[in-house]
Amino acid sequence: MSNQGVNKGRRNLLIGATSAVGAVGVIGAAVPFVRSWAPSAKAQSAGAPVEQEYSKLEVGQQITVEWRGKPVWIIRRDKKMLNSISKSEEIVADPNSEADQQPEYCKNEYRSIDPEFFVAVGICTHLGCSPKLFAEPGSLENEWLGGFYCPCHGSKFDLAGRVYAGVPANANLEIPPYTLDTTNKVIVVGEDGGA
Amino acid sequence: MFKSFMTWLDARFPATKVWNEHLAEYYAPKNFNFWYFFGSLALLVLVNQLLTGIWLTMFYSPSDPFASVEYIMRDVDMGWIIRYLHSTGASAFFVVVYLHMFRGILYGSYKKPRELVWIFGMIIFVLLMAEAFMGYLLPWGQMSFWGAQVIINLFGTIPVVGPDLVEWIRGDFTLSLASLNRFFALHVVAVPLALVAMVFLHIVALHKVGSNNPDGVEIKDKKDENGIPLDGIPFHPYYTVKDIVGVVVFLMIFLSIVFFAPDFGGYFLEKPNFEPANPLKTPPHIAPVWYFTPFYTMLRAVPHPFLGFLVMALAIVILFLLPWLDRQKVKSIRYRGRSFKILLALFVVSFVILGYLGVVPVTPAKALLGRICTAYYFFFFIALWFLPKFEKTKPVPERVTDK
Repeated sequence: MSNQGVNKGRRNLLIGATSAVGAVGVIGAAVPFVRSWAPSAKAQSAGAPVEQEYSKLEVGQQITVEWRGKPVWIIRRDKKMLNSISKSEEIVADPNSEADQQPEYCKNEYRSIDPEFFVAVGICTHLGCSPKLFAEPGSLENEWLGGFYCPCHGSKFDLAGRVYAGVPANANLEIPPYTLDTTNKVIVVGEDGGA
Repeated sequence: MFKSFMTWLDARFPATKVWNEHLAEYYAPKNFNFWYFFGSLALLVLVNQLLTGIWLTMFYSPSDPFASVEYIMRDVDMGWIIRYLHSTGASAFFVVVYLHMFRGILYGSYKKPRELVWIFGMIIFVLLMAEAFMGYLLPWGQMSFWGAQVIINLFGTIPVVGPDLVEWIRGDFTLSLASLNRFFALHVVAVPLALVAMVFLHIVALHKVGSNNPDGVEIKDKKDENGIPLDGIPFHPYYTVKDIVGVVVFLMIFLSIVFFAPDFGGYFLEKPNFEPANPLKTPPHIAPVWYFTPFYTMLRAVPHPFLGFLVMALAIVILFLLPWLDRQKVKSIRYRGRSFKILLALFVVSFVILGYLGVVPVTPAKALLGRICTAYYFFFFIALWFLPKFEKTKPVPERVTDK
């Protein structure tokens, strides 16, 4: 091959243009490979809302329903439990639920639609373990007011799912979108609606 | 007959050339000690993992993972031995690779001109961690599930994109069989392919520059009239035969574990993993497998999740930079100053403590110890940079010593 009479400027332009088009092609070709990893239609339909009747729940009882594979707690809180929430005001990191961990209609002191019924995703906001309920004051340690304790890394939450200051988790427990249907006495987890 | 066949072959394929360049006429320093077994042992374990892995895929089913592992263990004829060779092989891989890397630090094997050998090796180490992590999910036991849950959620701590990224990795709103299926594909095809390619590059790069040795002397600097290093001996037969001794000792230990203690007291196969994965029930204590625990402790040492993730990632990244952080020209620990020896000894101690802390539950005292050791881990690399200013090294000999 001879390099005589080569128009280098034109050659570089052609190489540049071809490479640019090739790069766009590579990005385009990557789209199906990347998108195939998103939750499939099957996974999405399995993530539909879940209904739970609440009238038979005893005072102080905790039940767990499964929504999108996550454990969602429904706890019927009594007066004593609600009082402990007011007392933990001082020791929780985000007492006013400023962080976006709940729907707008649950951004209140008890982080619920009706203070009596606490609905929360039972997954620690640190690294996804499932905290355990220690409802009685003093049941975990002497100063304990009652709340949730994560066995993995020792995070603590009060009975409104508000995270204690100075533990590995730094956000309150997530409150899922839900509807409290008082006529049929059901809680619909996964459906926005409030009361 | 054979000679004429080789002539025919060599005219079409560089068979003799490759054999000579990489074995029969590849000159390695004559003073290798036992630390030099671990490279070839890593290769042996890789072959073991590939072979047993291929056989396991013949019986494993990602749509019914837990039951199919039980099927391998109970119903497949001799399936248990294939699985235990694979699961023990994973731990053995990390044992030999950690020792292999430590050898590099002892003798400064990553220093000029071997920086790329180290970089390729580090890429192999990272691939190996990915491979081990994804492989551990496949039996779909409680610890498979919750361990993977913790690690995948690390990506969720990344600001802004985190939650969407995690959903994309899992392919579901929770860790599910959809996630397992893609991990299976990566574990049995993509990562092994990359591993084998990187091992090839690691060896090609090594054979270009030649092996370092316990004296850290360049044997290529002193050659005889034929251009052969005076302190070099052909890899084959000398080191092939020597490595067989290492292989025999390794297999004695390895197979003793496979036959008599395949779960190694819960450290190679954790006890909760004999229970099927249950997304609604967290085991009381989640600990990763032993080879991840030093890095896991670093993650836990930092109270903020995303910063913890960054510290852990940085602990790996800083290893990549070792050839440039360790500025001391003297390679081998034999001729380095006492300051380096103390620094390295403390590094080993703190790394072992970090490993221990990763398997036990956190207490305030242990959290503090974890923070001190994490700080020391990074201090070690920074100290290496400044060390040449204070270090009193000994004179390096011209030729390798042979004691």
